[in-house]
Amino acid sequence: MSAAKIEVLLQTLISGLLLGGLYALIGLGMTIIMGVMKIINLAHGELMMVGMYVAYLLFAWAHIDPYLSILVAVPLLFFLGVALQKYLVNPVLKVDAILPENQVILTVGIGMVLANLATIIFKSDYRTTPVDYATKAWYLTDLWKDSPIELSLSFPWTVSFLFAVGITAALWFFLSRTDMGKSIRATAQDKDAAMLMGVNVERMRVFTFGLGSALVGAAGCLFLPIYYLYPDVGGQFTLTGFVITILGGLGSTVGAIIGGLILGVFESLTATYVGMGWAPVGRFVVFMLVLVFVPGGVASLLRRRRFGK
Amino acid sequence: MSAAAASGAASGGAPLLEVRGIDVYYGDVQVLWDLTFSVGKAEIVALIGANGAGKSTTLKTISGILRPRRGEILYGGESLTSIEPYDLVERGLVHVPEARRLFVEMSVEENLDLGALRGEARKRRSQTKEEVFDLFPRLRERRRQASGTLSGGEQQMVAIARGLMGLPKLMMFDEPSLGLAPILVQEIFNVVKRIRDEGTTVLLVEQNVRQTLAIADRAYVLETGRVEMEGSGQDLLRDPHVKAAYLGL
Repeated sequence: MSAAKIEVLLQTLISGLLLGGLYALIGLGMTIIMGVMKIINLAHGELMMVGMYVAYLLFAWAHIDPYLSILVAVPLLFFLGVALQKYLVNPVLKVDAILPENQVILTVGIGMVLANLATIIFKSDYRTTPVDYATKAWYLTDLWKDSPIELSLSFPWTVSFLFAVGITAALWFFLSRTDMGKSIRATAQDKDAAMLMGVNVERMRVFTFGLGSALVGAAGCLFLPIYYLYPDVGGQFTLTGFVITILGGLGSTVGAIIGGLILGVFESLTATYVGMGWAPVGRFVVFMLVLVFVPGGVASLLRRRRFGK
Repeated sequence: MSAAAASGAASGGAPLLEVRGIDVYYGDVQVLWDLTFSVGKAEIVALIGANGAGKSTTLKTISGILRPRRGEILYGGESLTSIEPYDLVERGLVHVPEARRLFVEMSVEENLDLGALRGEARKRRSQTKEEVFDLFPRLRERRRQASGTLSGGEQQMVAIARGLMGLPKLMMFDEPSLGLAPILVQEIFNVVKRIRDEGTTVLLVEQNVRQTLAIADRAYVLETGRVEMEGSGQDLLRDPHVKAAYLGL
């Protein structure tokens, strides 16, 4: 392999991992909602779109950096998620006549309403936040003058990735170290047993929907400096989140992180070696392969190692 | 049998738990019929009966997972009708459910932590944890292990330990000996007895009739959702109907 080819491959892997870290954050929000509610939230990408518009507006009005907007988007999306769960999802969950599979359709409807509201308010224009560091990058030759290959690290991609890692670490700490986090995991594993422990299962559901929405709202802020925004941008991220959730194993947080990274790298490889436009095809090839060969996702592989079965 | 009933009342004044004429349904199917019984302070009271007699249903109703259509449940003199099920632990009413229902992907220690989420139990969590580890030393060795990887007997110990973490006044066990090797069954019954001897009231649901009646102060025999007989453990062990139906004699 020539130096040039290695350079392309390494650069592709780097971009893939940076994208994967952001995907993981989208997948995490979806998977914790899945774990506790047992339904896939198909409005997930649209909630991310809301987060992106929040960051966009703050940038357009007050020139607030999209990364700073996380502080606004996260609480806002949390309360939006809480309200959606409390006033729309929960009443439907309580109706025995509606099968759980059908409750998913409600989330599709929520997504449509959000996307169309955005179209009414913001028109279908494509928008970006022209931050001044948009094209800034670090180069390997700056650090190591005689390097035989040249690699670059985009500044906004790297910052977004680091934020995603930080938020993921904070989430991990919350879920594994606090009583509230443990209660959420307990509710996901066995809600009746959790109730016998004194967990208010209803409240956990509301909180978890808010938490999942807040996470994807943060992901929206992180995507804005490196992406563009239009009212229907959410749909593709709902699909991405869905693929990651299946890839990781429904409800598994570790699975979602690994799944996000795998998907990011795979899409990046497809874009480089097959063609830019083929990246979404690559996404669905992974999806199909996982469904056929590892239906339980990454989580089932981890479990097999841990429980020996 | 009147003597047995009298001893139940005499053991602690007002009973800790009183179930008064409850009817319970699964959908349209009635499973408990006008069920009445009581548990006095520091007693071991057993509910015995065949599969489908309504034993687990009774415990689930006391825990608020199911609600009675008629009748009332009093705990410490307070009606449980309007109390949310997740508020019962804090009142010292702890239910160790059938089939253990551990959080299998979480460690032993995390399972124990979840047993002490609120109130006084939360404040004394680390202290209580040391006490239950003294009771079940094997769990201390395995505190970091995923609870789903433990053997059946160890899992039952975690389930009981998790219940003890809530500082129970009344502990309800649903078939704690189910699926365990005979030597472990004896160990579990010894633990139940020890818990009572340290002052916790016990309501025990079991199919292991002989050993249950041997440790129970009083017992109720349930058949198709109704109380058919009641008496002291010893009396029921000698009863011809119990012998024929449950002990295979």
